[in-house]
Amino acid sequence: MAVASAAAGAGRTGPGPGPGPGAAGSGPAGAGVLAVRALRFWLVNYRRTWRGSIYTSVANPVLYLGAMGLGLGTLVDQHGTGRLGGVSYLAFLAPGLLAATGMQTAMNESTFPVMAAVKWLKTYQAAAATPLRPGALFRGHLLFTALRTLMNSAIFLAVMAAFGAVQSAWAVAALPVCVLTGLAFAAPVEAWAITREKDTSFSLLIRFGLIPLFLFSGTFFPVTQLPGWIQPVAYATPLWHGVALCRSLSLGTADLGGSLLHVAYLVALTVAGLLAGQHFYRRRLYV
Amino acid sequence: MPDSDVLIRATGLTKRFGGFTAVDGIDFELRHGEAFGFLGPNGAGKSSTMRMIGCVSPPTSGTLTILGLDSVAQGQAIRGRLGVVPQEDTLDIDLTVRENLLVYGRYFGLPRAVIAERTTRLLEFVQLADRAGDQVDALSGGMKRRLTIARSLINEPEILLLDEPTTGLDPQARHVVWDRLFRLKQQGVTLVLTTHYMDEAEQLCDRLVVMDGGRIAAGGSPRELIDQYATPEVLELRFQPSDHDQAAEKLADFTAERIEVLADRLLLYVADGDAALAAARGRGVEPLTSLVRRSTLEDVFLRLTGRRLED
Repeated sequence: MAVASAAAGAGRTGPGPGPGPGAAGSGPAGAGVLAVRALRFWLVNYRRTWRGSIYTSVANPVLYLGAMGLGLGTLVDQHGTGRLGGVSYLAFLAPGLLAATGMQTAMNESTFPVMAAVKWLKTYQAAAATPLRPGALFRGHLLFTALRTLMNSAIFLAVMAAFGAVQSAWAVAALPVCVLTGLAFAAPVEAWAITREKDTSFSLLIRFGLIPLFLFSGTFFPVTQLPGWIQPVAYATPLWHGVALCRSLSLGTADLGGSLLHVAYLVALTVAGLLAGQHFYRRRLYV
Repeated sequence: MPDSDVLIRATGLTKRFGGFTAVDGIDFELRHGEAFGFLGPNGAGKSSTMRMIGCVSPPTSGTLTILGLDSVAQGQAIRGRLGVVPQEDTLDIDLTVRENLLVYGRYFGLPRAVIAERTTRLLEFVQLADRAGDQVDALSGGMKRRLTIARSLINEPEILLLDEPTTGLDPQARHVVWDRLFRLKQQGVTLVLTTHYMDEAEQLCDRLVVMDGGRIAAGGSPRELIDQYATPEVLELRFQPSDHDQAAEKLADFTAERIEVLADRLLLYVADGDAALAAARGRGVEPLTSLVRRSTLEDVFLRLTGRRLED
């Protein structure tokens, strides 16, 4: 009989405590192990779509740096770049876009895929029936988001270097900054996304959240160019901290104190998102 | 029954959602190797009960012990030893049949080699071996159901939970699923299933409870329930709509143990259907059509709740 030993497994272990025949090792697995198991689903899934996504990851920086960095940049540079800190517009813009790429990738991974997993395909519910806990599903998805952010940022940085837009070896340190910027968005956004019933919420978030941040967080021009009253708002946004850090690293102007402040802000947001996600994933999946 | 044979024990098990009570203080015990069913209409509380047994829904009150462990405090350990076939398909439709089992096996922390070996065997069992490399999206409803069953067996569970396992399948696909579940049962796998199909309950369940409005109305083997709550035979009579009520009145003091007046026909619960039909004709009652049949769980349900299962 084909399944005989599956049945034997069921008959072999009588009732009573102790690890079941399916459990690997002794006792329930810890949170970290469970999150990695959840991550592996996303990795298997990504094998189907990575080719298309790589194309976007490479094309985006080439198009943006070409059109804005070189095209628009030539025009800007002719009018003097004192307000940019005396560097070329390309060198000013590229690290800003690098941080924005971190945000963009993280937002893509933490909105519609969450809705698909909890509502359209019910991947989360399937996994919640196994030893995986809601918190592990949340953190496993965040790990995948972090990996995707790292991947896109690394590609962006390579294109930046090819365009000659990197001025310091410290630019390599911008990669973990991009991941952190991504997590500062992804952790709270995933925690919120799991509570949503309709994907129209995400369109609103992108229209009124993502796009204004992208345009006004110092990516394309210094925040000091904005009217005075709105500048504090820009400084409070997570993207500005990511942009400021990436830019100082790429230009080689980073100082320790300022960098630590930026990092602390992004870490605080990530931690808040982690706590919220633990709560909201549980509430949604254990009803 | 020795206590060690009890795999699931529920006492005063209750689930409320806000002001709505989905499961209202039910008690039941499930023993090793049996196929146990929750039979009832939609909204009876079957799925809520099933989710509590699956340790993904904390009970509002009462106790639920599964495999000797507490369903809330030790849910993770219990889930590792359960197989779950949910009501809705939750397969990863972008992945292949084989990848679905790989992903799911990893959730249980199984090594790749173990998953590969079981996958071959399980796909054989559910007759999907030739579709192993196909994307799930392309499978028929019946095939998806069978794949879900294979997936639920990847951790060699001690108890298999099936929530409405054949709802939405065509008759032929249902029979294939029933056949596979019957084989599992023969091999000693403990099955727990919910259904609103009385034929499914009769085919698969050694023992079942009839649920209605969050409570257990009765319990026993299908045979016991029919013996206790119905007569050996049922005489079904249909009339012209204009004669329907009149015939019901004429038959009211009839020697049937009980008469159910449905919208479209009369059900007479009797020991001998043919004799009852002859007697009815003797009284000048001439139905359009008549049918003598054995009592089923549908009749038990009608008796217990005054309503039909599949409305």
